[in-house]
Amino acid sequence: MESESEVRSPRSEVESSCDAVEIREGAARRSPVQRRGLEGERCLSPDRLKGRDHARSALDRRAFLKAASLPCLAVCGGGLMGSAFAGPLMAAPAAESDSQYVREAKFYEKLPYKKIRCKLCPRECVIDDQERGFCGVRENRGGTYYTLVHSRVVTAHVDPIEKKPFFHFMPGATAFSLATAGCNVNCKMCQNWEISQVRPEQVRSTYVPPDRLTGFAQQNHCPVIAFTYSEPVVFMEYVLDSAEAARAEGIRSVVVSGGFIQTDPLKKLAARVDAIKIDLKAYSEKFYKEVVNGELKPVLQALVTLRKTGVWNEVVYLVVPTLNDSDAEFQGLARWIKAELGPDVPLHFSRFHPEYLLKNLPPTPLETLERAKAIADAEGLHYVYIGNVPGHPAESTYCPHCHQKVVERAGYTIVATHLHHGKCQFCKTPIPGVWT
Amino acid sequence: MLIKPDVSTRRSFLKQSLSLGGALVALGPHEKGVALPAADSGRSRVVIAHDAKVRTASASLDSSEITKLLDRAMQACFNVDSPLAAWKRVVRPDEVVGLKVNCLGGRGNATHPELVEAITERLRQVGITEIVVWDRQNLDLERAHYKIVERGSGLRCFGNDALGFEDELTTFGQAGSRITRTLTQVCDAVINLPVLKDHGIAGVTLALKSMFGAVHNPNKYHGNAGDPYVADVFALPPIRKKVRLHICDALNAQYEGGPSFMPQWMWPYNGLLVARDPVALDYVGWKIIEKKRAEMGVKSLAELHREPHYILTAADAQHRLGTADPARIERMEV
Repeated sequence: MESESEVRSPRSEVESSCDAVEIREGAARRSPVQRRGLEGERCLSPDRLKGRDHARSALDRRAFLKAASLPCLAVCGGGLMGSAFAGPLMAAPAAESDSQYVREAKFYEKLPYKKIRCKLCPRECVIDDQERGFCGVRENRGGTYYTLVHSRVVTAHVDPIEKKPFFHFMPGATAFSLATAGCNVNCKMCQNWEISQVRPEQVRSTYVPPDRLTGFAQQNHCPVIAFTYSEPVVFMEYVLDSAEAARAEGIRSVVVSGGFIQTDPLKKLAARVDAIKIDLKAYSEKFYKEVVNGELKPVLQALVTLRKTGVWNEVVYLVVPTLNDSDAEFQGLARWIKAELGPDVPLHFSRFHPEYLLKNLPPTPLETLERAKAIADAEGLHYVYIGNVPGHPAESTYCPHCHQKVVERAGYTIVATHLHHGKCQFCKTPIPGVWT
Repeated sequence: MLIKPDVSTRRSFLKQSLSLGGALVALGPHEKGVALPAADSGRSRVVIAHDAKVRTASASLDSSEITKLLDRAMQACFNVDSPLAAWKRVVRPDEVVGLKVNCLGGRGNATHPELVEAITERLRQVGITEIVVWDRQNLDLERAHYKIVERGSGLRCFGNDALGFEDELTTFGQAGSRITRTLTQVCDAVINLPVLKDHGIAGVTLALKSMFGAVHNPNKYHGNAGDPYVADVFALPPIRKKVRLHICDALNAQYEGGPSFMPQWMWPYNGLLVARDPVALDYVGWKIIEKKRAEMGVKSLAELHREPHYILTAADAQHRLGTADPARIERMEV
């Protein structure tokens, strides 16, 4: 489950790939603003998009496997696979055996009569033999629980880290970004439902074991691997193994998650990766129950746990018109963050676009986002951003002391940086983050 | 050969294969006025057909007795004098008929191939030439001793993984799903063949819940004991429109430990439940399971917080899938 800017990225990749080659070539000669415009452009109808992507997927699948010898694919914004967005839940031609994706899961307990209880997320699914949990990617086979998505990549892209968004983590870095199928919630506004709300066998996938993933990141000059797009919690085993392999090669790992996870796996995750962005869907249990099919309380607990671990953390709040956009909610959220996480945690208010089961709502009005920011600013948060509104002044970072612009952004592009060893160049105030 | 033959069914199967040729020649005029499954005015009839003779002395199933039991149930359900007259109220000869079996529990508590054979035989006798036996996955079908036949004409058998799901979402209430192309693109009519059994989350899994096997994301719909999701999924227009009849396989039944096969909680019910109203059938089936639980000293589903409220939801004004009012259910034992 993704925040808006992250969520839109894969679709944008596909959309902008109406002439994928042209964009890959053109990306180098277009200005950042032009590129940004392309990413937001819907140049294909859904049917044409599917047809095109369908045709493209076979090529891209092969290209993906050959990426080691094709570094040109690393052009920023060039989708490497895009296959998940072909969409059709077809009987995926099993070119490779499913068994290579299957590993015994971590975080579960065995129960009598071949049942198991999953201990990965707060849902704690009790699962009968031959059944799967809510996430659809973990299966009980004869009383042993298995992940079905280890190394089972359904989409991969090279993205700017700002697209996740991480604004205080290695600005300007490119992140080799990937996902498997599955999610442990079911947000009605999910922008990536075609991969998050399906079973792994319902989308095309490619076998990318951890060492090969590290190799792809290196070959594409990405200092970061981002586990994102769907919900990395449900492919935890793959994340842990990959992050370990990446760290050994000096590559950092970041996770974009809804934060619906139990404390023990979260601590293990935080110890293995370098940054975690949490999509806080709302500040009300009602929204979590009715729109997310989850719970708020465990997500808040996860944020507190994360803060204690010291791993870098940012928070995104997708503002959905009429459903989570009240002043009281913004104020409650800001107060809670300040009290429990501190004023230095970056908070991104992102614009919603109608998708999936919430197509009846309009995109978030800019005034709403600005109202949210004003409320959070007034509550004393130091780094409050507006997302999915390219060119807005609130996508840059300002020193909370002297109010000078210390990281200037235009969309996903870093225009200027005025930091020296993590401090404001103008007044020497430390700006929290991982800057190099 | 569709169904992996047991020794006891081999002869009948060969006979059945031969009869297909006869059926092709003997196509009759198209029947008009096929009965629709919606609850109509008056009471919803749920036929419970019992007969201990379906089981031989060695406790295996007797195919010919199952056919007789099916015939009795169908005649009672449609209030007609012959089984073929009943079937003609369900399907037309030009239709492709899907038989939605439930094989999750494997051989132990899946829809019996012997019952499917009996239904197939009757369908052929009323002129149906294209029949598709289907469920979630090929693997599920194979575990329940069905043989996968994806291509050809006549009798086919495959899981949703053969054709996949529609690209577009279909929505109703809280459900938003892609529906199997087997139902949307292959079948003109569907006969639902669930099993009478307990479900560890949803209370029971009978006619309504069996349609979880027609959507791409059933794992999203087990919260709150399946309420309202089970009703919402069944109310998805393509499902609601095509499912015409429900024949619940209660030859064996399971009152606890479902949906997995747990032999210690099964009992030989030796029966079939037949209805056009899935809600009424589920209500009756639920009460049968509750009664057995009480007999065996097992806590009621309500005590375990998994009473199947979705059955009541399916009958509400928003869904109108049938009736869960016992006063409006005609329970007929034959």
